Amino acid sequence: MKVGIGLPNTTPDATGRLLAEWARRADDGPFSTVAVLDRLVYDSVEPFTALAAAAAVTERVRLATNIAIGPLRSGAMLAKQADSVARLSGGRFTLGLGVGARRDDYTAAEADHRTRGERLSAQLAHLRAENTDIELLVGGSSGAAFARMARYADGFAHGGGPPRAFASAATRARAAWHDLGRPGTPKLWGQGYFALGDPDRGSAYLRDYYAFTGPFAETIAAANLTSARAIKDFVRGYAAEGCDELILFPTVSDLDEVDRLAEVLA
Amino acid sequence: MKVCVLGAGPAGLYLSILLKKADPAHEIEIFERNAPGATFGWGVVFSEETLGELRDADYATFLRITDTFARWDAIDIRYRGEVLRSRGHGFSAIARKKLLAILQERCRELGVVLHFETSVEDPAELPEADLVVAADGVNSVLRRSRDFGTRSAPQGGKYIWYGTDLVLDAFRFSFAETEHGLIQTHSYPFDEHTSTVIVECPEPTWRAAGLDRMSEEESINFCEELFARDLAGHRLLSNKSAWLSFPRIRNRRWSDGNVVLLGDSAHTAHFSIGSGTKLAMEDAVSLANAFVRHGHHDRAAIRAALVHYELERRPVVDRFQQAAADSAGYFERVRHHTGLPPRQFAVNLLTRSGRISHANLAMRDPEFVRRADLDFAGEPDRLFAPPPFLTPLRLGKAVIPNRLVVTGEPRGAGLVRTEPIAVSEDGRITPETPVGVGSWPVGEVHESGALVMACLTHAGRRGATRPARYGVDVPLPENEAWPLVSASAVPYGPLSQVPKAAGEAELNRIRDEFASAAAEAATAGFDLLELDFAQGRLLASFLSPLTNPAEDRLRFPLEVLAACREAWPEERPLVVRLTVDDWAPRGATIEDGVAYARAFAEAGASMIHVEAGQTVAESRPVYRRGFLTTLSDRVRAEAAVPTLVGGHLTTTDEVNTVLAAGRADLCLLDVPVEA
Repeated sequence: MKVGIGLPNTTPDATGRLLAEWARRADDGPFSTVAVLDRLVYDSVEPFTALAAAAAVTERVRLATNIAIGPLRSGAMLAKQADSVARLSGGRFTLGLGVGARRDDYTAAEADHRTRGERLSAQLAHLRAENTDIELLVGGSSGAAFARMARYADGFAHGGGPPRAFASAATRARAAWHDLGRPGTPKLWGQGYFALGDPDRGSAYLRDYYAFTGPFAETIAAANLTSARAIKDFVRGYAAEGCDELILFPTVSDLDEVDRLAEVLA
Repeated sequence: MKVCVLGAGPAGLYLSILLKKADPAHEIEIFERNAPGATFGWGVVFSEETLGELRDADYATFLRITDTFARWDAIDIRYRGEVLRSRGHGFSAIARKKLLAILQERCRELGVVLHFETSVEDPAELPEADLVVAADGVNSVLRRSRDFGTRSAPQGGKYIWYGTDLVLDAFRFSFAETEHGLIQTHSYPFDEHTSTVIVECPEPTWRAAGLDRMSEEESINFCEELFARDLAGHRLLSNKSAWLSFPRIRNRRWSDGNVVLLGDSAHTAHFSIGSGTKLAMEDAVSLANAFVRHGHHDRAAIRAALVHYELERRPVVDRFQQAAADSAGYFERVRHHTGLPPRQFAVNLLTRSGRISHANLAMRDPEFVRRADLDFAGEPDRLFAPPPFLTPLRLGKAVIPNRLVVTGEPRGAGLVRTEPIAVSEDGRITPETPVGVGSWPVGEVHESGALVMACLTHAGRRGATRPARYGVDVPLPENEAWPLVSASAVPYGPLSQVPKAAGEAELNRIRDEFASAAAEAATAGFDLLELDFAQGRLLASFLSPLTNPAEDRLRFPLEVLAACREAWPEERPLVVRLTVDDWAPRGATIEDGVAYARAFAEAGASMIHVEAGQTVAESRPVYRRGFLTTLSDRVRAEAAVPTLVGGHLTTTDEVNTVLAAGRADLCLLDVPVEA
């Protein structure tokens, strides 16, 4: 299993200089991928823009949106952004897409929330028909999302949780993949949150970032990986369940987090 | 902490015991509407596994509970006048009243304050507390006073909870035929004098039998008479017993501020898997341990403990609720299983919730499974039989050497399906779809010992797409595509070409193409023929109201079937691959699917290959391990036709379970085919 690291593009106080240095250190570290989150109505750096910056200062790592909320953009604009990051990085780009979970992002983007699933399908169909060879992942947890993933994508991006939650989603992803008659098996990506330096600040960020979910924010904050042991258990658990690539997202914008995580994984 | 618990059922009492044990400084008060001795229901069941948890959580309680236990390890199934016994199940039960008395006594010993006959209508009446526990059951007052995202829906049939002074020595399911349908009991002993008897039937049966209009007494008389053989002269006892619908409760969250849901107020699981009390007491163990882990000295610690409890318990509860739904669904439909031979009926019943497989049964009761496998193989007098998946299947004159089906390379399977073969150039799915059976190496597969099935398709509106390795339903560029036809001029998915609604002449041509492809397949030596009436392809588009506005949706598919039956040798099996549920709003439902399956069986189909979904691009499929098994079970039982099913079966144990329970006759194994 490969392990990637998130860029702090949605955590507080992330400057351009910090994001670039973070990507550079990740490129020098044991990480396979640098990934970003997507959130419109929140203090954050737009995901494709953040990856464009990372593309300029990295040589080796893959760059991934995990995930970007497709329907906030028009199909053509999304394809343009994806193609641009792929071009800037010399083809080191993985496009993970989903419908997200936040109605306010749709309102702000003036995008119809009700038809988000169909619109994501249409975007995926376009990306496929355009013959781009960008690796596609789709996230989500409904039956429709799994079908969409299996119909168009190369793999599945899980939204986080303990290894057994990943395992059950992986089973559904494989079932959908075979049901749609795709050859081989889907790539399976997982994710988690971590804070090694200042766990309380990291968990406070998660509570704020997920405040729109109500009490569920506490559940996500409670799952923040805040010790070497928790991270090792988590990584081992995901590897055992057949995860291909696990992305660990930071919850504080401290550069040392890259080195701390590299040390835990060494 | 100051803890205020609403409800003195097993959940509230046990939580109080465990909290007080962990920290005697807690001040815990329990408020209960009823008197100390009042109780509803009769006995509660625990598995060995649950007992282990209770032993570790509070040994004193465990000892007192196990002192009064009724124990048994057998499940008896009375069906068609005979009783079949399956052993090795290891259950214990206790009178609910006795359990509550033990827990109340233990609470008092530890200094928990109990207030009985104290009705709390408004949570504001409760004293100030650091932690407020809603352990007041299915209709929790506390839960309804706040927004927990509660969803409640009736589940399964009508049921009534009786006792009897007959002491059983096993769990017993009994099925009684009435002119109005099947009525069944779930009964088990729980002390030296008494057993629980739950009578259950689907609501239409309950109404037809007049049970909805009977008095308490009339209802008892009716049930006593119906189950006289099981009761052996004993009476049914009522405890304000009334016919109920089981409410399935789910909550989006289990805590709000310092208020937490516990047991039935948080979640219910249909009584037919007997897990309600077990889940409630395990909740209590988990919540008490969460406070040990996170402490309780400020609000943040209490919140952290409540979150931890929910994180730990929810996945477990979800699994039980899934099993409970499968079990409740089984009992609602069990009347369709009366065609199964007794031992297969028993295996179907024992494996209904997905928690027990063929291999689990074999561990628990090797003799039972040995005999079930012998019956399955049709060799009751032999010493042993192969496992179900290695048992040959006779279909017409064809004998399929084992029950595994694969698409592509044989790899030991008894039946090999071809990839879809189009009946014409226009019927291809992708440019790589073969047209006609021409070059297929039938002889090579026969040398491996397997039979071969030719799968004929016409892609309809799902044609002219790229090969599946690049994604599915991605249209070819216009200059490479060919025109499509379907039952109506509605495109399949985003960017899909708009098909032409096929006219009469075109349909006749397509029918004849199917027939001549069937004749070619016969000449080429294929053993079975499969016609593709599934997943939105041409023939499937005629069967769904979503894609065919006509009234008589069966007309064209039946024409194609008749033409192929004519062209295909009578003694060779003909399989129809059929979408039996569109999984889409306003689409065909499983009831339609069963009716279609019946019509095709009457028209000469030897078997139905059960599929679902993909009728339209945006549907709501339900993916999980064995996601088509229940649909296959229904088609096989209700349309009385053999079935082939896939649906992500990945182990021979899953296949053995499907077969031994009579949910299908052949299984498609999901082993990844390399790209």
